[in-house]
Amino acid sequence: MAELNTKKPRKARRHAIVVALAIIAGVVVYAYGFNVTSVDLSEIQSESRLAQLTRVIRSLAQPELITYARTDTNTDAPIYMPCPPGGFTAPEIDPYSRHITVEPSCVEPGDPITVHGYHFSPNARVTLYMVPPSGDLNLALGQEFLADEKGEFTQTVDTRERPSDQQQTIRAVTREPIGSILHPVQVETTDSQGNAKIVTSPRISDAAKLTWDKIIETVFLALLATTLGVFIAVPVSFFASRNLMKDIKIPLIKLALQLIAVPVGFVIGILASREAQRLSLHLTTNLALLLIGIIVLPVLMVLAFRWSLPAIEDEPPSPGLRLARAGVLIVAAIAGIVVLFLVANLLGRFGNWLAPKLGSFGFLGGFSATLGDLLSAVISLLTALMAAAVLVNLAGRIAIWLKGHVSDSISRPLSLPLAAVSGAMVMAILGQGVSWLYRIDDPFKIFWAPAAVGALLGLALAARVYKKETVSVGLTVYYGARTLFNGIRSIEPLVMVIVFVVWVGLGPFAGALALSLHTIAALAKLYSEQVESILPGPLEAVQATGATRVQTIVYAVIPQIVPPYISFTLYRWDINVRMSTIIGFAGGGGIGAILQQNIRLLAYRSASVNMLAIAIVVASMDYLSSRVRERIV
Amino acid sequence: MLKVEHLTKVYEGGTVALEDVSFEVPDGEFLAVIGLSGSGKSTLLRCINRLIEPTEGRITWNGMDVTAASQDEMRRIRRRIGMVFQHFNLVHRSKVLTNVLQGSLGYVNPAMSILNRFPKEQIDRALAQLERVGLSEQANKRADELSGGQQQRVGVARAMMQSPEMVLADEPVASLDPVLAHSIMQYLELINREDGVTVLCSLHFLDLVHRYADNTIALKDGRLVFEGPPSEINDEKFKEIYGEEAERVG
Repeated sequence: MAELNTKKPRKARRHAIVVALAIIAGVVVYAYGFNVTSVDLSEIQSESRLAQLTRVIRSLAQPELITYARTDTNTDAPIYMPCPPGGFTAPEIDPYSRHITVEPSCVEPGDPITVHGYHFSPNARVTLYMVPPSGDLNLALGQEFLADEKGEFTQTVDTRERPSDQQQTIRAVTREPIGSILHPVQVETTDSQGNAKIVTSPRISDAAKLTWDKIIETVFLALLATTLGVFIAVPVSFFASRNLMKDIKIPLIKLALQLIAVPVGFVIGILASREAQRLSLHLTTNLALLLIGIIVLPVLMVLAFRWSLPAIEDEPPSPGLRLARAGVLIVAAIAGIVVLFLVANLLGRFGNWLAPKLGSFGFLGGFSATLGDLLSAVISLLTALMAAAVLVNLAGRIAIWLKGHVSDSISRPLSLPLAAVSGAMVMAILGQGVSWLYRIDDPFKIFWAPAAVGALLGLALAARVYKKETVSVGLTVYYGARTLFNGIRSIEPLVMVIVFVVWVGLGPFAGALALSLHTIAALAKLYSEQVESILPGPLEAVQATGATRVQTIVYAVIPQIVPPYISFTLYRWDINVRMSTIIGFAGGGGIGAILQQNIRLLAYRSASVNMLAIAIVVASMDYLSSRVRERIV
Repeated sequence: MLKVEHLTKVYEGGTVALEDVSFEVPDGEFLAVIGLSGSGKSTLLRCINRLIEPTEGRITWNGMDVTAASQDEMRRIRRRIGMVFQHFNLVHRSKVLTNVLQGSLGYVNPAMSILNRFPKEQIDRALAQLERVGLSEQANKRADELSGGQQQRVGVARAMMQSPEMVLADEPVASLDPVLAHSIMQYLELINREDGVTVLCSLHFLDLVHRYADNTIALKDGRLVFEGPPSEINDEKFKEIYGEEAERVG
């Protein structure tokens, strides 16, 4: 008991000390924070700051949605500068008409005068000018100001140093809007080139029109970025899902052969696509031939695929049949590439033919042509990837056959050199990348050294799994994909756009690409977490029916993930719309570009229109996406 | 004939789920697998179609070495082994018909099936299977709109869709009430008697074992502790399987 009693206060005391230290540490942290963020209350209370702030806030509160044509009304009073001998007294004026008086009626040039105005419109906007005797020059005296509610004002201003012995004029110019929203009128004005033209007053302002154009651009920028991101993130997300990847373990010998197959397949694919493009040139010379090609080749391809990819047979097919099937598949694949080139060519032709015919919908033709260009640009890459996949599959089959027909005592030692070769190859390819990045031209540094290191790493891996002979490829891919996504996700699209601006130039395209890249990483992570949370039962059940891995994903995984995928996609579009409103700050197009421009030009009323548009779009996207998500999930 | 020899499964982390289990199942037999929860029944059934990779031992079925089969061979073996699960394992958001059609995935053209296209005769067969379990009305409903008993009948129809030579049933009635339990067991019995399909079924209730099984194996802590017809399970054997403190219910 005694022990307990002494322990308790000691504990309490220690607790008190810890709390005190924490408070002191907190004070220090915040003091430093105030210091580095330059919190300065005397500065923000200064009068000029407050005046500026008031002006900006008032401008922001009046978005320039409509503009009025204005009429200028002049009200003149005579003045002499300097005073003539004998002085000068202004003539009498009708005291009930609109007029101004100047006191004194003659001054030394540059001296202040006081101007009184009477019988102006209440709250009229007035600017004072001095008009020298020649009469063709208006010199402003001070800023625009407002008359009071009775239409009167008193303003003291300095005159300009323009001495003359003739009579000069002080002029009060009131600019009054013409027409009202309920009763717009037609007005004749001159534009900047001096041409007369008739405009409606009031009318929608140029700022509002530009904002409308740009906000549409912004929404579609977000749409494109989201679409592109989704297309890539969906398949990629499966590779970042632990539950799908963790069981993928393949024998080392298979891994080694497959790794070697990747670059070989890639090169073969690029060569094949070149050959296919050359073949397609024969068909694109003539439109009829092109159309026939597009119709006939796919039919042949489907027939070929049907024949060479039959349902699983009870007896494994004979080697001859297998070879024939492989041959037919290769021919069908090349035909497929030719068809893609043909389609690209047709899209381009169609677009160029269509664009002039559609008038203001000509962009549809342009779209088709661009799709054609895009397609022919990615065909080579697609072909290379496909060829690599086919070769990887083939290498896998060879490896399985080897393992089935060769005893462990041969296959195990055989895996050592294969692992070394594949390791060397991977590192040598990495070395080429490093060499491009840092411009190292020394063949030893970029080829032999990495290859040697890779070979050693391969050997080490082979030695480690010598007995077990399997490598958890799935988990490696999983961790690799996760790391990559986290890396990309941590870079804001505002930063990414800088690189894309260099590549594709200033504008919305750069913004769309930057947002897409970020979307891929962010969505792939969100999606893969959904895949990880699916029920494992149906997966097991579909596997048990003898389904392939792809079939299992299609029938057991996809139905379970459709609602969360749609929900996350909408959510991401929502985010992308918000991001695209500011991506223009970094050169990514959309409304951000003009918002930044307006802020720089101090055109706060125009900037206010931009901000209003952003607020409306973001709020309505928010509302829409939450409604749709409610519906679906 | 299914032959299991010295089957051992050790999970990562060292849990021994099965230890040196050997037994034989002649074609057309209804074999009940009994034992406490955690005794290894589910692991045993999943090792037979290699949903779980056995650590050691050999499983042969109709002369094929299941444990040594490659991926392709394994798919050919799996498609002839139907499986029924305790929690039905239907894909909730898919149609009942699609769930049944999953049973034909091992037979149809893989490329076409990815596009959700099934041959006409497979669709007809799926409808016939649904008719057999009395659910032809529900074919176009979503699976999660069905009651538990109906879902398990869809599970049976999916297994039957495979034209199986063997059915593995992992506690197929543990989540159902006694009346539904009997109706599901009767479907399994029908498949066993009429189509001559071998059935391996893990069960909790001994009265179901007595009623439906030709033969029984009992697992305790991953070891085979009893093999014989259900009638041989007397009080002494019962205590051996379920432990000294256990009392018979049902």
